Amino acid sequence: MRPRRILADLNIYARNYLRNPAALFFTLIFPIILITMFGFIFSNTGASSIKVPTVNLDHSSNESVQFLAALNHTGVVSIQVVSLAPGTNFSTWLGQNGNTVGLVIPAGFAQSYAAHRPVNVTAYVDPQDPTSSGFLQGALNGVANAYNLRAAGGQPVVGVQSSTVGSAVFKYIDYLVPGLIGFAILTSPMFSIAELVSSYRKDGLFRQLSLTPLTRAEWLVAKIIWYTFLSVISAVIMVTVGALLFHSTVRLSLGVIPFLIFGPFLFVSLGILAGSAAPTPESAAVVANIVTFPMMFLSGTFFPVSTFPPGLALIAHIFPLYYIIDGMNQVMLFGNATRALGDIGIVLVLGAILFVAGVYTFRWREK
Amino acid sequence: MPDTIEVTKLTKTYGPVTAVNGIDFTVRQGDVFAFLGPNGAGKTTTTEILEGLRPRTSGEVRVLGLDPWSQGRELHRQVGVIPQEFRFIEKITPTEAIHYYGALFDTHPDAPKLLEQVALSDKANARFDTLSGGQKQKLGLALALVSEPKVCFLDEPTTGLDPQARRAIWQVIRTLKSEGRTVFLTTHYLEEAELLADQVAIINHGSIIARGTPEQIIEAHGGAERLSVEAPPSMAEYLKRSLPYPVQAADGRVNIEMREKGDALRILTAIEASGIPWKGFSTKTDTLEDVFVRLVGRMDEGEIKGTALA
Repeated sequence: MRPRRILADLNIYARNYLRNPAALFFTLIFPIILITMFGFIFSNTGASSIKVPTVNLDHSSNESVQFLAALNHTGVVSIQVVSLAPGTNFSTWLGQNGNTVGLVIPAGFAQSYAAHRPVNVTAYVDPQDPTSSGFLQGALNGVANAYNLRAAGGQPVVGVQSSTVGSAVFKYIDYLVPGLIGFAILTSPMFSIAELVSSYRKDGLFRQLSLTPLTRAEWLVAKIIWYTFLSVISAVIMVTVGALLFHSTVRLSLGVIPFLIFGPFLFVSLGILAGSAAPTPESAAVVANIVTFPMMFLSGTFFPVSTFPPGLALIAHIFPLYYIIDGMNQVMLFGNATRALGDIGIVLVLGAILFVAGVYTFRWREK
Repeated sequence: MPDTIEVTKLTKTYGPVTAVNGIDFTVRQGDVFAFLGPNGAGKTTTTEILEGLRPRTSGEVRVLGLDPWSQGRELHRQVGVIPQEFRFIEKITPTEAIHYYGALFDTHPDAPKLLEQVALSDKANARFDTLSGGQKQKLGLALALVSEPKVCFLDEPTTGLDPQARRAIWQVIRTLKSEGRTVFLTTHYLEEAELLADQVAIINHGSIIARGTPEQIIEAHGGAERLSVEAPPSMAEYLKRSLPYPVQAADGRVNIEMREKGDALRILTAIEASGIPWKGFSTKTDTLEDVFVRLVGRMDEGEIKGTALA
């Protein structure tokens, strides 16, 4: 590894990249269009939010009212407090009145909370309507996380753990910012590296490079550095646009940096594999799309995975991007360093496997 | 002087196809060596094996004493290569490309001087995708020289170039030779080989069918010197009757093969005695191109086994 060669290759690649308007658009402008579009569509409360009839058995407390206000504030759900006649079965009542979701705040919620004693709010969901139940659970998880709450098991129940009180409340845009940083981490290497590898091979450029002292590992490191740089730029743009246009409260922190490095590391390696597997530049683009699109939609890029129906949420876990976005959510939103460390660990291990596989399959000369 | 390139019983097969069939040759240090052959003869395969871009099936190959395949990294610091149809990164300029190669080879090349040497100064800051085929080839040549190589492999460096650009490249090759570098040249243009090469080898169907200096090859495989006049076919009929030499009529000319220079006098006397009008006499010997066409053409007709002439 010679730094001079890595820097020279980085310099040439960056110049070529910056002179290519399509690549620049896709990397820098397209995510801004996405955040603006999704931000305007989903940030408005009201029309698009889900009506949630709620029984507050602790209605005298400030805490329970604040908890419900926080849920409203997500913009995902619209809490409508109802009072039922004594002896009414809430579940039956919900069904009779055409509701598919409902929420019960237990009596003594504020007391338990103040005493840091576990307490459960009960979400009623209809499996026939996974969308609404998903949104409710997502909003509950978000707010619960904000209150340092944590979902328990697979039941529609939110448990409360005793710990310090967090006060931040998250809106849709706050999930969208890390999601779209993840989008940029995924797409900018995947949409260019796979095709690049395939066309360099077709044009004999790799053969030419094999006649110079540049090594494959040096070439790869230069690409990883470039896409890390692009990820940092994207992250700054996303956070800035989110804050300026939509008053998002998420900010960059040092904890995001590992994701901005190891994410590109992983996807540059995956792009190399896709490009090596495809026989032509055209089919390389197709292979890259087949890998990229499901991952793009199912990893929590545009909507938190917690709002997904359970089956889809399970599928999300097979995508490396899920751990990158989840990790950035943990760092930027919830301040949950332990879980973020777990996420970055998974990204690092997957990235290392793909890097080794990439270097192994990536050939500059014919066998 | 030691041999820069040594090839012994080199064979390359692709499945059932034998592309190169046990060839031997050496290239002396400081020589321009022209490697000729029709498409599909094994020329590019051999060149790429020497460059370290392809492994061989069997035989021995040494370039500067190194095995090009297993010691490629070491070899590539000492050789310069322009592949056929040189390609580069699209939006990069020749000046940037030279500095890039300089960093890779850990040298500090003088970009304006290199570009002037290959007659590309006017395109120093044009992007690669705007260059013509010939200009791309010239950049390839400039990049091959960045590392100050001891051996240059030039694979059809002038194919598709205009006459002026070709002459510029020839001048570069002469300069390389005068600097004591060894040049391994493949080309389609026989005149180019005749003009530049110290040694020539002709390969066909995977075997070397002729080898030596251009003069030696012409001597060994060329036809007799011919006397030629502009005259009607009736002249040919007359000469066939009156002279013991082979006579052919073609394209308004009559050609008479001579055995030795002194035959010219006897032939001209017979022509004048014929009473048939004639003009414009000249003599003609085979060029390398004539020999090449003769050898490769006859090879293709299956009259000569490839190794018989080697």
